[in-house]
Amino acid sequence: MKFSGTQSYVATDDLKLAVNAAITLERPLLVKGEPGTGKTMLAEQLAESFGARLITWHIKSTTKAHQGLYEYDAVSRLRDSQLNSEKVHDVRNYINKGKLWEAFEADERVVLLIDEIDKADIEFPNDLLQEIDKMEFYVYETDETIKAKHRPIIIITSNNEKELPDAFLRRCFFHYIAFPDRTTLQRIVDVHYPNISQSLVSEALDVFFDVRKVPGLKKKPSTSELVDWLKLLMADNIGEAVLRERDVTKAIPPLAGALVKNEQDVMLLERLAFMSRRNR
Amino acid sequence: MLLNLFNEMRAAKVPVSLRELLDLINALKHNIVFADMDEFYYLSRAILVKDERHYDKFDRAFAAYLKGIENLDQHIEALIPDEWLRREFERSLSPEEREQIKSLGGLDKLIEAFKERLEEQKAKHKGGNKWIGTGGTSPFGSGGYNPEGFRLGNDGERQGKAVKVWEQRDYKDLDDQVEIGTRNIKVALRRLRKFARQGAEDEFDLSGTIDHTARDGGLLSIQMRPERRNTVKLLILFDIGGSMDAHIKVCEELFSACRTEFKHMEYYYFHNFIYEGLWKNNSRRFEQRTATLDVLHTYGADYKVIFVGDAAMSPYEVAQPGGSVEHWNDEAGYVWMQRFTQKFKKIIWLNPYPKKTWDYTQSISMIRELVEDRMYPLTVEGLEEGMRYLAK
Repeated sequence: MKFSGTQSYVATDDLKLAVNAAITLERPLLVKGEPGTGKTMLAEQLAESFGARLITWHIKSTTKAHQGLYEYDAVSRLRDSQLNSEKVHDVRNYINKGKLWEAFEADERVVLLIDEIDKADIEFPNDLLQEIDKMEFYVYETDETIKAKHRPIIIITSNNEKELPDAFLRRCFFHYIAFPDRTTLQRIVDVHYPNISQSLVSEALDVFFDVRKVPGLKKKPSTSELVDWLKLLMADNIGEAVLRERDVTKAIPPLAGALVKNEQDVMLLERLAFMSRRNR
Repeated sequence: MLLNLFNEMRAAKVPVSLRELLDLINALKHNIVFADMDEFYYLSRAILVKDERHYDKFDRAFAAYLKGIENLDQHIEALIPDEWLRREFERSLSPEEREQIKSLGGLDKLIEAFKERLEEQKAKHKGGNKWIGTGGTSPFGSGGYNPEGFRLGNDGERQGKAVKVWEQRDYKDLDDQVEIGTRNIKVALRRLRKFARQGAEDEFDLSGTIDHTARDGGLLSIQMRPERRNTVKLLILFDIGGSMDAHIKVCEELFSACRTEFKHMEYYYFHNFIYEGLWKNNSRRFEQRTATLDVLHTYGADYKVIFVGDAAMSPYEVAQPGGSVEHWNDEAGYVWMQRFTQKFKKIIWLNPYPKKTWDYTQSISMIRELVEDRMYPLTVEGLEEGMRYLAK
């Protein structure tokens, strides 16, 4: 089964290759990149293109590795025991299955997305080593070992906020989604808005790359911001003529709130525009 | 197999181990890529490199590996006999072309004439009809028109023989020796953590609850405990103005990272070196000063102190009373520094200049001695080392 992008997701060649290599060799794929470049979307589109179910595990800073396997609800059991309920006698009633357990038990091959693994504690990936490697884990409370029936395709995304431990990296393949170049961006825009006017797109791309080039921006706009901005431009019927006169009288590009999300960045843009006007 | 590639990677300090090499060979066995250099590049990058910091080194090592192979190519060409090539060539011509070649006296004569002309010609040539060049009507060269000629070189100009992906060096900036940004700083600062449970008890304590409940004979007895917090206390002193103006950005990033990471953080500014006064607001530094003695007395010995500065000044500013450039100081700078080292157990100095330049400035060596060689460069690595020392 080869992955080659879907109708709504443009995948570059290196990404396709990395995904295919990870699937063929049955290793998890670790995907990193600037925020907004489509890491989470990759897993969704992968599941769609294979027609497989997508199981998502969103990691938070409080997530422990064990929660992905299962959680033993001891407090309910204690409370039930005081109420003399019948459920108490079997431990299995109090074991809540986690996402990994679901993925292992599924009857067909699923796509498991572990989203933003770097948010959790620094030792979190190390706690998952055996599960990723052998696709099995041991449940202490019921004394059974859960093995994966069909090896799920695991996609792990990271925002690079923490360094991931070496032992974990050894078990994965890695791909860095670089910020797309102009042609790829063009294709991405085409995929999202098939009926958009091409001149509007090219003017918008010019403005977009200019904004990205401004030095000192705290957060450069990325793909998802571009897509949102285009949607707003079309919704407001702002034509390419307005975009073209941008560096003469207008302070900053119209609807710039979709592009720069930081008030310092907005102030920086305004200051630059003001200075360039003064220099005339 | 692929051992040369593996060795190039290790020479370029890309962290690869045998595991990755075996994976790559396994991948090739599964025929994921075939006979395409670009795809092989992408595949080996996905398997061998586990962090984008190493992408640039990988690109360079890959280019070096390919050069080794290209040398091999030339040898191979020399081994293929001429006759064979010529016969292949003739077979690729159409009957009309063969007629035309015959009209010029046969292929052999043509090649002889070509060799002679090549020796006569000294420089590249375009247009015209005698010399070998492009776009002309001479029988030799490329992009021109002469039915009796044969092509040399690419179509027309050497246009866009695409620069290969790994030659573009796209990932140069991601090298961890080069970049330092707020997020990287925060990661480095995270090493400086000392958790303790302090404050209001607002977290559920499972094991305590079970313990108490069991002791109460099964009656549920809930226990709470306070949350874990990072209790490290930090006192950070920035050198401001003058030669430090060049490093404002990185100091800002460090400052904002420290602010968010540590709950108890105090900061002060000084200029070049510490004397009897520190300030919090640079524009008011002559009016609103805090006496350094007050700082020394207010903060406990468990505060960790970080000096951020380039430590580059005239040695008199450190060693002599009155050496300071801005005012008259009664006591020499080093006296104040000694007071600091006596009061606070852990002090480090962060220097934005790279480590290899430190020996060229005398004041830096003097200051290094004063802080017992705990001077670290202001890069992610240096910061991590510094934090590791402070955390001990």
